[in-house]
Amino acid sequence: MADLELLSISKTFGHVTVLKDITLRVCDGEFTILLGPSGCGKSTLLRIIAGLEPQTQGAVRIGGDHVDHLSPRDRDIAMVFQHYALYPHFTVRENLAFGLKMRKERPHIIDGRIREAAQLLGIEDLLDRRPKDLSGGQRQRVAMGRAIVRQPKLFLFDEPLSNLDARLRASMRVELKKLHQRLRATMIYVTHDQVEAMTLGDTIVVMDRGRVRQVDSPSRIYSRPADPFVAGFIGSPGMNLLEGSLERQANAWCFRSGSLSLPLPPLSGTLPDSLASRTILGIRPEDILLRATDSRGTSVKAHVDVVEDLGADQVLHLNVGDRHLVVRAPQGERHGQGATLTLHLPYKSLHLFIDDRRLNWAEPDERA
Amino acid sequence: MTRRILLGVGILLTVGLSLFPFLWFVVTSLKTQKEVEAIPPTWWPSGSLDFYQSALVDHHLTDYILNSVLVAGSTTLLALGIGIPAAYALARLRLPGKVWILGALLSISMFPQLAIAGPVWQILERIGGLNTRWGLLLPYVTLTLPLAIWILASFFKELPAELEEAARVDGCGPWQTMIRVMVPLAAPAIFTAAILTFIYAWNEFFFALLILTQPERQTLPVGIALFQGEFTMPWGELAAASVIATLPLVILVVLFQRWIVSGLSAGAVKG
Repeated sequence: MADLELLSISKTFGHVTVLKDITLRVCDGEFTILLGPSGCGKSTLLRIIAGLEPQTQGAVRIGGDHVDHLSPRDRDIAMVFQHYALYPHFTVRENLAFGLKMRKERPHIIDGRIREAAQLLGIEDLLDRRPKDLSGGQRQRVAMGRAIVRQPKLFLFDEPLSNLDARLRASMRVELKKLHQRLRATMIYVTHDQVEAMTLGDTIVVMDRGRVRQVDSPSRIYSRPADPFVAGFIGSPGMNLLEGSLERQANAWCFRSGSLSLPLPPLSGTLPDSLASRTILGIRPEDILLRATDSRGTSVKAHVDVVEDLGADQVLHLNVGDRHLVVRAPQGERHGQGATLTLHLPYKSLHLFIDDRRLNWAEPDERA
Repeated sequence: MTRRILLGVGILLTVGLSLFPFLWFVVTSLKTQKEVEAIPPTWWPSGSLDFYQSALVDHHLTDYILNSVLVAGSTTLLALGIGIPAAYALARLRLPGKVWILGALLSISMFPQLAIAGPVWQILERIGGLNTRWGLLLPYVTLTLPLAIWILASFFKELPAELEEAARVDGCGPWQTMIRVMVPLAAPAIFTAAILTFIYAWNEFFFALLILTQPERQTLPVGIALFQGEFTMPWGELAAASVIATLPLVILVVLFQRWIVSGLSAGAVKG
């Protein structure tokens, strides 16, 4: 086990820049998720950490040591691949043993490690089978076992659950979490699935177009997204993001977007000089209330345009003036198309971004 | 239905036409000299093994077989020994001009034998390879290597890259990755390349006739051609020798078919 440091990593393929100046620190024993849409460079970053791909610039340090000159086998890492990458000509036992054999580990130690890992993953009965005789979930377990027996400094996962069906994915997610709790190993996990990221990670690194957008705990990524991209990427349905401008009204600020005008609470920090800059106001569908409570906020009238019934709750697509808002109606409430509702937008749930940067309200945010 | 009947007839015709000469040889080889000369020819031989005895002992067929096994076996081993790493490198490593190398290889295999006969003869004369069995390896390996590399390289290309990466993370260098992971998975392609190389060297006539002058060093095709006397054509012995020469190939192909059918790489990745 060890910590991992990435120091201004950049990567270009020909003229295409895939990663731009990525600096990141992962603490010992932490489960870190690299999350982003496909093509954001997260897999490339993982492969650079593994040593499968050289970086164009920057340095990788594992456990404080520079590893840039080391090949993958000398970095003391283990990797679980998206398509499992089990050796088809070996049995499960041989698959698990291979990495240790290549490192000239003594046979009784290899046997012990295999037994331990097989027990941990519940694959003791499969040891003499070949990969082609295993189901997807079993292959996934073997792939993880192959990493576990190595007892590496660093576990790297490249979208390991993306080939499993939804039900299996959910149960493997829980097992992965348990596994991390037992091993307390440093794990880097690449995914584009925000549910995996939110449930598994101690820390989430949100990436977009080769840049790190935010590094934070899952709850802070959700409650205090650093920029509109993170705000829109996390959450389902995604956060309502309204583009508009700020106007001063008497002694308070007001956000104007089309025909919609919303008074805002006082801001902490100073506004940029030019108010012509890009201003975005965000609010999550689940944070919009259909009934005013005593929390401070602002109210608007809305018409129901489309209703998506999810069984447990409804997702309402609303027209507010000439703007469009998505609201998640609380359980038990049912609304029909064409209905008129009064929406309550609590101040504490509003997210203001100016020039892609988050601005906080002066009031302490109790959820942060 | 008519389509199926037509297809069946077509298959029967094709198989029958290609198998008939071989069948006729088998029949002839089991005849006695009297039956061979009979007019009209007899279809059912008496099952005599005289011609086999005569071919193997009187005509020194055993020597030719040994020579052929030696030459074809060495050609196959050499072609694979050079071809496997070459194909792996061409398929997997970042090499400049890969396409050109593969194209050049293909053009080598298209050279007419006659065009390179002179140069080969000169080279062998200079290095003392004339009238030696190892001297045959030079043209044989040269001419079989391109095909072997093409078969192997296209198979290596199809193997999932993740497997190689897994091997690298597990502690393999490039050679170990090739030998311990990629070569076992490429077994079907290796067997295909091996069998084609072996068949080529086993059947090759022209270079063997050109390079080997001493009869006791001759390989099977030339050896069998030498059966012919000045005034006689020993049909029975020729037939027996041809059956003996063909049998190993048939056995090899039947054995190797099993390898192609067993999809060894199934389960490597998804599916």
